[in-house]
Amino acid sequence: MDLAGKLLQLTLSGLAMGTIYGIVGMGFNIIYNATGVINFAQGEFVMLGGLIAVSLVAVHVPLAVAVVVAALIVAAVGLLLERLAVRPVSGQSVISMITITIGASMLLRGVAKLLWGPNAQKLPAFSGDEIIRVGPAALESQEIWIAGTALIIVIATQVFFNYTVAGKAMRACAINKAAARLAGVNVERMTLLAFALSAGISGLAGVVLTPKTLMRSSSGAPLAVKGFCAAIVGGLGNGIGAVVGGALIGVLESLGAGLISSGYKDAFALLILMVVLFVRPSGILGRNTDREGL
Amino acid sequence: MFHSARVVLPLLVTLAVLGILVVAGCPKSTPQGTPQGGGPSVVPPAGVGPETGTGGAKPSGEPIKIGAIFSVTGPTAPLGEPEKMAAEMIAEQINEKGGILGRPVEVIIEDDKSENTEAVMAAKKLIETEKVCAIIGPSGTPATMAIKQMCQDAGVPLVSCAAGRTITDPVFSYVFAVPQTDLLAVAKIVDWLKANKIKKVASIYVANPFGESGQQQMEKQFKEAGIELLASEKFGGEDTDMTPQLTNIKGKNPEAIICWGTNPGPASVAKGVKKLGITVPLIQSHGVANAKFIELAGEAAEGVMLPAGRLIVWQSVPDDHQQKPVLKEFAEAFKAKYDRDADTFAGHAYDALHIVAKAIEAAGSDDPAKVRDAIEATTGFVGTAGVFNYSAEDHNGLTKDAFVWVKIEGGQWKLAE
Repeated sequence: MDLAGKLLQLTLSGLAMGTIYGIVGMGFNIIYNATGVINFAQGEFVMLGGLIAVSLVAVHVPLAVAVVVAALIVAAVGLLLERLAVRPVSGQSVISMITITIGASMLLRGVAKLLWGPNAQKLPAFSGDEIIRVGPAALESQEIWIAGTALIIVIATQVFFNYTVAGKAMRACAINKAAARLAGVNVERMTLLAFALSAGISGLAGVVLTPKTLMRSSSGAPLAVKGFCAAIVGGLGNGIGAVVGGALIGVLESLGAGLISSGYKDAFALLILMVVLFVRPSGILGRNTDREGL
Repeated sequence: MFHSARVVLPLLVTLAVLGILVVAGCPKSTPQGTPQGGGPSVVPPAGVGPETGTGGAKPSGEPIKIGAIFSVTGPTAPLGEPEKMAAEMIAEQINEKGGILGRPVEVIIEDDKSENTEAVMAAKKLIETEKVCAIIGPSGTPATMAIKQMCQDAGVPLVSCAAGRTITDPVFSYVFAVPQTDLLAVAKIVDWLKANKIKKVASIYVANPFGESGQQQMEKQFKEAGIELLASEKFGGEDTDMTPQLTNIKGKNPEAIICWGTNPGPASVAKGVKKLGITVPLIQSHGVANAKFIELAGEAAEGVMLPAGRLIVWQSVPDDHQQKPVLKEFAEAFKAKYDRDADTFAGHAYDALHIVAKAIEAAGSDDPAKVRDAIEATTGFVGTAGVFNYSAEDHNGLTKDAFVWVKIEGGQWKLAE
C-alpha cells in the first residue's frame, strides 16, 4: 500500500471513530447549555445503550426495534438522573451538580457490571460483516452506519434547536435562564428534556458503535474522555463544533497512531486539546466571550 | 422536610435506575455460577459445608488454608472467572477425597479486579490475616509482578497463573508459574515460521507487561532464527480499533502477523486484519486460548492460528498421550459442573492448586517454607498445561512440548499438527 492509500485508510477509520466522539461531545453540550453542568455520566449513557441493545437482541427482539428501544431506555435513565439526582441540588453550585454526575457514572457502571458481567459483549453488525472498498482503503459497513447515524443526529438536533418551539426555548434557557423564565419558558422542564435528549442521543451512539468495538461496563469512561475533548475542541456549547472537534480528534489520533507511534494513540487527543486551549481557548467554533454567570 | 427530601431523593434515584436496568438486563448474560462483586468467596471445608457423602474418609481438624487471587472482574476477567470456577471445583473434589493430610482444605479466593493495587491488598490480607500456606494466582502478569517481591519477603510460596516470562526470570525462590511462558510460545511460533519458510513478519502487542514480555521474546528469538521483524505496533488494553496499526503493518508487506495480547484487544486485531483484506496468516498468542476469543472475533477468528496447551483440544489428543487422562477427567468434570468448556485458564488453576496440594502432601506439613521446598522438588507432575519438572533454576517447569499448534476452523479449536 502506497502512502496515499495509507493516508486515506487512516483518515477514513479516524473519521468513523471521530463521529462517535462527536456525538458524545454533542451530548455533553446539550446538558451544558441547559444547566451549565458537565455531565460525567455521559460515557455511561453510551455504554448502557450498547449493552441494552445486546440484551434485547439476545432475547430475539428485531434489531431495528432494539436500536430504538435501547435509545429510549437510556433517555429514560437520563430523565431519572435529572429528576432524582440533579434537580434536588439545582439551587447549589455547579460543582456539586458535577460531583453528582460523577457519582451517577460510578453507579451506572457498577450496575452495568452486575447485570452484564465484566466481559465485552458483542452485537451483530447491522448489515453483515461486509467490507466496503474505497480505492485502496477499506471500511466496515458498520462504519457507514455510524457516520450515517451521526449525520442524522446532527441534522435532527439542528432542526430541533432552530425550528421548534421546544428547541428555541431550550436555547433561550442556555442564553439567559432568568429572561427565559420571564418569557414564559418552563426552565425545569427544559432541563429535564435536555437530559433525556442528551442521554437518548448517546444511547443511540452506543448501539451503533457496539458492533464495531464491542461493549463492556468499563467502555464508557474512555469514550467520555474523547467526547469531552471533542466538545472542548469544538467550543463548549456548540453542537456542530463538537462534531468537528470529534472528527478532528479521531483523524489526528488515527494518523498519529499510524504514522508516528501507536503507543501514544490516546495521548494525541489530549495533545490536540492542549494545543486548542493554548491557541484558541474558546474552541474552534466557540464564542470568544465567556458564558454569562460561569 | 427540606433536608430529608435531599436524602430520600438520591436513594430513590438508585432504586429507580436499578429497577429500569433490571427490566432491561438480559438474564442470559450473567455468567453462570459466579457470584458477582468484589468480596472474597470461601470454599468451605467439607466438614463445614453440606455433606457430599462420597469418596474417602471425611477430613477433620484444622483446615489447610490456601490463598487464591484471581481477576474475577475487570478487563482480565475472561481469565480470572474460569480460574475461580476451577479452583472452587477442585477444592471440593480434594475434600471429597479426604482432604490433604487428612485435613480439610480451604481455598480463600480474592478478586483483584484486574488491578495491581487490589492484588497487593489481597496478597497482604491472605498473608497477614488469613496466614495461608501458599497463594495461587494472580491471573495476570502485571498483578503477579506487583506481588512477586511481597510473597518472596513474606516467605509464602506463590504459584502464578500468568504467563509472562518475567515472573520466573529471574528466579525468585518463592515464586513459581504454571502457564506455558511466552518464551516457549515464541519458540513454538519460530518452529512454525521456519517450517513454512517465513522470513519476514510483523508484530502487534498490547501495551502491558504481558504484551511487552512477548514482544521482547519475539525480538530476541526471531533475531536468533534469522527472521526479520518488519514492524512492531502497540495497542492499549481498552483500545477498540486497531485499523491505524494494521494499516501500517499492511504497508510493510509481512509474510505473517503475530498478535500478543489477551481479550478483547486481539479480537479487534483479528477483525481489523479481515477488514483491511490482509491475507497473510494471523498468529495469536496463547493469551487468547478461550472460547471468548472466538465469540468476540466471530467470522474474523477463522483461520487464526496459535500455540496453545492441549486442554482446549483435549478430544483430539491421542489416547496414549500421558496428559490425556488428566485432560479428559478435568474437562468433563468442569463441563458437568458449569455447563461450559474448560479453557486454558481454568487449566492453570487446576495445575496450580494440584501442585500446591501435592507439595503439602509431600512436605507432610503446611509450613510455607516446607511447602516451597516441596513445590521446587515437583517432578513429573502431569497437569493440563504439560508435564511439570521444577528445579532450583526453572520455576516454570515446562518445555515447548507443552504447546500444540491450534487453528480455528468453523468456530472451533482444531489441532493443526
